[in-house]
Amino acid sequence: MNLLLEISNGALAITATLTGIGLVFAALLIAKLISPKSYSVMKADPYECGIPTRGESMIQFKAGYYIFAILFLLFDVETVFLYPWAVVMRDLGPQGLLCIGIFMFILILGLAYAWRKGALKWT
Amino acid sequence: MFNFGTWTSEFNNFLMGFLPDWLTVVVECVIIAVLVLLTYTVLALFYILYERKLCAWFQCRLGPMRVGRWGLLQVFADMFKILLKELISLKDTDRFLFKLAPYIVITSSVVMLACLPWGNGLQIIDYNIGIFFILAVSSVGVLGILLAGWASNNKYTLIGAMRSGAQMISYEISLGLAIMTIIVLAGTMNINSLVWEQDSAWFIFRGHIPAIIAFLIYIVAATAETNRGPFDLPEAEHELVAGYHTEYSGIHFGFFYLAEYLNLFIVSGIASLMFLGGWMPLHIPGWEGFNNVMNWIPSIVWFIGKSFFVSYLIIWFKWTFPRVRIDQMLAFEWKYLMPLSLANLVLMAVCVALGWHF
Repeated sequence: MNLLLEISNGALAITATLTGIGLVFAALLIAKLISPKSYSVMKADPYECGIPTRGESMIQFKAGYYIFAILFLLFDVETVFLYPWAVVMRDLGPQGLLCIGIFMFILILGLAYAWRKGALKWT
Repeated sequence: MFNFGTWTSEFNNFLMGFLPDWLTVVVECVIIAVLVLLTYTVLALFYILYERKLCAWFQCRLGPMRVGRWGLLQVFADMFKILLKELISLKDTDRFLFKLAPYIVITSSVVMLACLPWGNGLQIIDYNIGIFFILAVSSVGVLGILLAGWASNNKYTLIGAMRSGAQMISYEISLGLAIMTIIVLAGTMNINSLVWEQDSAWFIFRGHIPAIIAFLIYIVAATAETNRGPFDLPEAEHELVAGYHTEYSGIHFGFFYLAEYLNLFIVSGIASLMFLGGWMPLHIPGWEGFNNVMNWIPSIVWFIGKSFFVSYLIIWFKWTFPRVRIDQMLAFEWKYLMPLSLANLVLMAVCVALGWHF
């Protein structure tokens, strides 16, 4: 049951989004008005335990994270495909169960392949 | 059960009486926004105190006691203090992304909060794919954390954000699969229907073994999703200063802090919605008298009580288990938790197909 039957869900979602933006904006505005301001060269340095920072920080970083991100993409798309099945699973009967079993078997083969290749090993 | 929807409908009719339609919608949207905002801040303040008190009791301390009775006003003092702090902007940061990150993190948690069912008729956003919408919005929050770490121009924040990103996307799969296990049992994704499906008994009882396994998987994955407990290595203070929000100061830091506590409430709320009946009172089939007594307790009390109970469990983990390493954490997810949740999904599907559920 809706809280307010006349308002569409889209409008409510937009209201919630605007509320979030408004919260951040208002709090930042208050903080800007009442907080002190000062500037010094040392203060603008990145905090790295008191040692002056060396080199670039926005760098290309460890490939291991990207492998997990790619695996995530694979399995996330899989879960997106599984959701509609999960809703209508009762109506589909044994045939639907068999089909999704084959689908999941192929995916598990993919995971096994990645595992065998050493993609899950952190080096 | 009392339906809070009657109040809102009456208020709606009252407004419709003297305002044109479009103005009614605007007024109601503004009221909803104010209510969500109030709930958000009150919950965040409560959770900060809740966690501080609980972790004090786990360590045989008293926690904050000086400001107000039992330290109840401590959080308000902290809030004003954090507003008074200077907002430092560093050299060489990506200004735009640095300022965008808190907006993304806070907005995603506000939208998720607006989806939760607070009581009978007390719900704001009610899509027919409700729970899927919540999951979709929750994955937007990761972007904010990655942006925060990247834009800060600091090596610690970059490592923290990368760890956080890898952790959150990995555990999101188990989280989704655990929720899907329950959807197989319920046959709907609409949040209101999910709650009404649990009228006879909660899903954790209706689905027995697979539902209990799914609940355990969900709690582990939710702990990792909120960067807490044994999985708090994005913020491992011994290694990374403070993780992805090292360079944020004042209220900028406060936003991440707020969103972290709100996410704790939201994952607890989803756990109570999917497994413990949402706002549905404890019903035992056949015990009519008992069910009627339980119906006397307002639905909002049930929802909040269950959510706080699940949050208590998650806070408890933090003070019980030592922090894991990044390789252990990712191996645990990909080699154990995800295959287990897939197997559990199949088990639930078989149980539902054969009718082995209540």
